Amino acid sequence: MAYSDKVLDHYNHPRNVGSLDKNDPNVGTGMVGAPECGDVMKLQVKVDEATGVIADAKFKTFGCGSAIASSSLATEWLRGKTVDEALAIKNTDIVNELSLPPVKIHCSVLAEDAIKAAISDYKRKQEQRKPAEARA
Amino acid sequence: MKTPIYFDNHATTPTDPRVVEAMLPYFTVKFGNAASRNHSFGWEAEKAVDSARKQIADLIGATSKEIIFTSGATESDNLAIKGVAEMYAEKGNHIITAATEHKAVLDTCKKLEKHGYRVTYLPVKADGLVDLDMLRESITDKTILITLMYANNEIGVIHPVREIGKIAHEKGVLFHTDGVQAVGKVPVDVIKDNIDLMSMSAHKIYGPKGVGALYVRRKSPRVQITAQMDGGGHERGMRSGTLNVPGIVGMGEACAICQREMPEESRRLSHLRDKLRSKFETELDEVFINGSMEHRLPHNLNISFAYVEGESLLMGINDVAVSSGSACTSATLEPSYVLKALGVGDDLAHTSIRFGLGRFNTEEEVDYVGARVIDVVRKLRELSPLYEMAKEGVDLSKVQWAAE
Repeated sequence: MAYSDKVLDHYNHPRNVGSLDKNDPNVGTGMVGAPECGDVMKLQVKVDEATGVIADAKFKTFGCGSAIASSSLATEWLRGKTVDEALAIKNTDIVNELSLPPVKIHCSVLAEDAIKAAISDYKRKQEQRKPAEARA
Repeated sequence: MKTPIYFDNHATTPTDPRVVEAMLPYFTVKFGNAASRNHSFGWEAEKAVDSARKQIADLIGATSKEIIFTSGATESDNLAIKGVAEMYAEKGNHIITAATEHKAVLDTCKKLEKHGYRVTYLPVKADGLVDLDMLRESITDKTILITLMYANNEIGVIHPVREIGKIAHEKGVLFHTDGVQAVGKVPVDVIKDNIDLMSMSAHKIYGPKGVGALYVRRKSPRVQITAQMDGGGHERGMRSGTLNVPGIVGMGEACAICQREMPEESRRLSHLRDKLRSKFETELDEVFINGSMEHRLPHNLNISFAYVEGESLLMGINDVAVSSGSACTSATLEPSYVLKALGVGDDLAHTSIRFGLGRFNTEEEVDYVGARVIDVVRKLRELSPLYEMAKEGVDLSKVQWAAE
């Protein structure tokens, strides 16, 4: 199978590889996929408390080159976006940007799921904090 | 050293230049039809076919009359299994095979099931071998054929063919083996190995594509098969169609070379294979060999690099040709059914790579490929959330995965 230049670029030079402190209240962690399916993506965002903007995003992915590229691209796009803007990222945007063939569309779906999972984890943590802060 | 490097010799092999040399005259000068009985062009072609038949028979301990030429091993498997099923339909309708067989055998058996035959698909043990007691117990008075491969194309594991054939003969059942990966690589003797029918292919033994053969035993027992293609009655009525003379000459020469060079070649390749394996095992943690190392082709290594998905590994070693059991590299989007049959979990099957060494590979290439793979595995493990979790002591089998 031939890979697009952009997939090759992300595979050869993955952006934002790594992990953020999952216990940090400003960090949201999304982990999607399963080893049995051949794809697991972990995507994390760190939101700036004052501005509500995603200040940092990191990923680690077990999967094919297209899965690695999809999650690497997602972290690039997430940085500088607000939480709501992040939720507007669609898998089809990733498909178009990376020129993914039909058999690799599930990689982009997984990346979208990972974004949504990370944001929802962040929101859940923020919800849990509020009552505590209100009491204080 | 030239790249790309070819380490996928179970899929196909380059044609040996000596084989090409032997074939060439049969395209342009000695182009006769081996079935033409009334002129020298025909006689010349027939003579060449007879000589090739002898070379092939010699390699496997058969006689010339027991070699039936086909278009390749898929046709040979079809002809053997369907041909026996049809010929011996009155005797019974039961066939025994195994879960790890090549699709040419499995799909042929499935087809027969649609026509009223019963097929037992034996499981294999963790080392990839069939359990002989289970085989014995599966035989009924309706069993007409046992078809089990000599050596597996993915994991290179060699079945106890001699014992399987002995069991078959004790019970009066015919024994067919797909010998594609074994013939020319390890000593195969149809008499000592109790084989009644055996499929062979030229392009796996440094011969040309598009030609193969089926060994059909003529004595004790005399095996009969029903032809699956009708026509001019070539090959003693078992396989009609004008013979592919250049291809057959090439297959004969390929067999002769294998017979001469096998002892030296298998020693050399098993040394290279073991070197590759020990490189991986010394420099990387959590690598797992798939299938028995003891009963294995000398040139095969099938190994899982845990936490690194196979296709992404192939992408990183893009100047090396190997195969992966990962779903992402297969047409079906399912991980290898062979590894599954061994009880290898889907997670590890996705991380498996098959290295198939061959006649033209060098030690320098092995060193290069070993270093490249180790490098890419390390890089991808840095990227792998699973490797990170495993290093943190998380038991991945207990994690609730948010799979779709």
